[in-house]
Amino acid sequence: MEILLSQLFNGLSGGSILLLAALGLALTFGQMGVINMAHGEFIMAGAYTAYVVQGVLGDAGLSLLVSLPAAFVVGGLLGLALEALLLRRMYHRPLDTLLVTFGVSLVLQQLARDVFGTAGVDVAAPGWLSGPVEVLGFAFPKTRLFILAIAVAAVVVLSVLLAFTPLGRRIRATVQNRALAETSGISTRRTDRTTFFVGSGLAGVAGVALTLMGSISANLGTAYIVDAFLVVVVGGIGQIKGAVIAAFVLGVAQSWIEYSTTASIAKVVVLALIVVFLQVRPQGIFVVRTRSLA
Amino acid sequence: MGLLAGCGARVSDDAGSGVGGGTCVDTSGSTVKIGFLNSRSGTMAISENTVYNALKLAADQINSSGGVLGKQLTVLAEDGASEPTVFAEKAEKLIRADCVAAVFGGWTSSSRKAMLPVFESTNALLFYPVQYEGLESSKNIFYTGATTNQQIVPALDYLKEKGAKSLFLVGSDYVFPQTANKIIKAYAKANGIEVKGEEYAPLGHTDFSTIVSKVKAADADAVFNTLNGDSNVAFFKEYKNAGLTAEAMPVLSVSIAEEEVGGIGVGNIVGQPVAWNYYQTIDSPQNKKFVADFKAAYGPAKVTSDPMEAAYTSLYLWKGMVEKAKSFAVPDVQKAAGGVGFEAPEGTVTVNGDNHHIAKTALIGKIGPDGLIYTDWTSGKPIEPDPYLKSYPWAAGLSG
Repeated sequence: MEILLSQLFNGLSGGSILLLAALGLALTFGQMGVINMAHGEFIMAGAYTAYVVQGVLGDAGLSLLVSLPAAFVVGGLLGLALEALLLRRMYHRPLDTLLVTFGVSLVLQQLARDVFGTAGVDVAAPGWLSGPVEVLGFAFPKTRLFILAIAVAAVVVLSVLLAFTPLGRRIRATVQNRALAETSGISTRRTDRTTFFVGSGLAGVAGVALTLMGSISANLGTAYIVDAFLVVVVGGIGQIKGAVIAAFVLGVAQSWIEYSTTASIAKVVVLALIVVFLQVRPQGIFVVRTRSLA
Repeated sequence: MGLLAGCGARVSDDAGSGVGGGTCVDTSGSTVKIGFLNSRSGTMAISENTVYNALKLAADQINSSGGVLGKQLTVLAEDGASEPTVFAEKAEKLIRADCVAAVFGGWTSSSRKAMLPVFESTNALLFYPVQYEGLESSKNIFYTGATTNQQIVPALDYLKEKGAKSLFLVGSDYVFPQTANKIIKAYAKANGIEVKGEEYAPLGHTDFSTIVSKVKAADADAVFNTLNGDSNVAFFKEYKNAGLTAEAMPVLSVSIAEEEVGGIGVGNIVGQPVAWNYYQTIDSPQNKKFVADFKAAYGPAKVTSDPMEAAYTSLYLWKGMVEKAKSFAVPDVQKAAGGVGFEAPEGTVTVNGDNHHIAKTALIGKIGPDGLIYTDWTSGKPIEPDPYLKSYPWAAGLSG
């Protein structure tokens, strides 16, 4: 029982990392039809932002808090540049966006190697995040609780943004009927740009969270991009709530299967389950025609 | 893959029996060509570029002190691109087209296994600088990194001496950790040490929460770590965040050197033991000179590590063999190899003429707060290489 609960927490925590990596993708892939292979490199850019900010500020606690908005802006600006320079020329051609953004991801990786070197770098976690904390008699790493909190906060902010703000209304209108939105006086160009900025900014935030977990190197993004796409596809394209459910289900499934088998076998089993699931329900957990977007 | 291609290849006595056509080496002029074959690109570039730098340093030093047998070395460098097949192709090119006298390089066991048939069929020489899983020896390869009885077995002796009665094994899911863990389990069985668990993570795995949970629950006296690459960072961060410490449950690693400590974050790994044959902190005139020369050539922030030192040493050992043989011809060098020594930064090393490995002193170090590694335990004298673990009764049946 104790193991079951502790694995449940490990799974939720793994799921929150998946979710952070996938949330921005759910927005740009789901709502705009852009397959952004460079999303992983935006995550990497967020991680390196945390490294640079810590180098400048020194103090680990302060730099973490500054890094989160800074990485959002860095990721967002990269996304904006990508959208303005390349993607806007190829909306409605998803396969072309896949190729182009894959090229961009390779360029960004090499750029990171040239700027930061090939060896991995480290961002120190602040003292108040080190070690475990006792919850209901279990010891949970504080960093993982923190990442869980960031993921929950990101989902809440994004949901509120989509449901209750003028921008959210414009985004939803553009997704549901671009032509009608346009004739209603919505600038879909501006909406596209803003959506891409927010989606890519979330990748930057995910990058900062990942610095608490593992290594920061040029290929950081490649470790997460496939899992992030899985979450988006399983959740149902364009569905934030689908992505949330898919991320946590995949995270918990991985950790439970891994406990009784091994990490390699758990990966295989989870992938096999996804294949079976997509046979039964190719559109994912939620379908886009349910008009709710958040 | 070529993983199996070299298995069972042992040193035979037919050295110089005229096999192959690798005899196009031209020694008539004032120079002689040698080849460096390292991954300058791809996933292994991080590690192998440092080896290339160390080799280049040795070549420059040898040239400025008069060369080998009076001939200046001309270095031809090729990129193995982190692909075993590319290593095999480039090795063939260096030997057959460029006619180099010897090749220095390789890192992963799969790159070595892929090159081995090329060197054997052309009867050429490879100097391989990285610790590996043992159970191999070829008359065409000189192994200047540790074999298992110079690194893993001493590490186990160290843990036993410190009172470890139980172990937990964590490794990456490929050939080196699996083979190493077979050896560890055989040792543990013979020495009354309980193996409480054995976990493998795919290469590049980054979520270690479940594995660390299992390690924590098993509550062994120590963890033996054969993880490779980035996985170490995620593992040590998770380990620390789960509240585990080097004092409560030390994690002994065999593939983390000075280079890797910075990326893991010193704070996450300080105090943990590692096993190698060389540390930058070794206090000897040879090492002080090596470290100073390296920093002068590549920048004061650069650190030196075991594979770099073994690569640097390998070039001097080849020089020693050639000068003893008074010839660059491979059969002559092979014949002269036994007993050739070098005052290396790690201490005196000597080539074993039978299995082409070198005698090395085993060192267990602890990672200090400055990110450097400080010797905590030493075997005291060089350990003779025993790649097939023939002199260890408990290892009977391992080499198959």
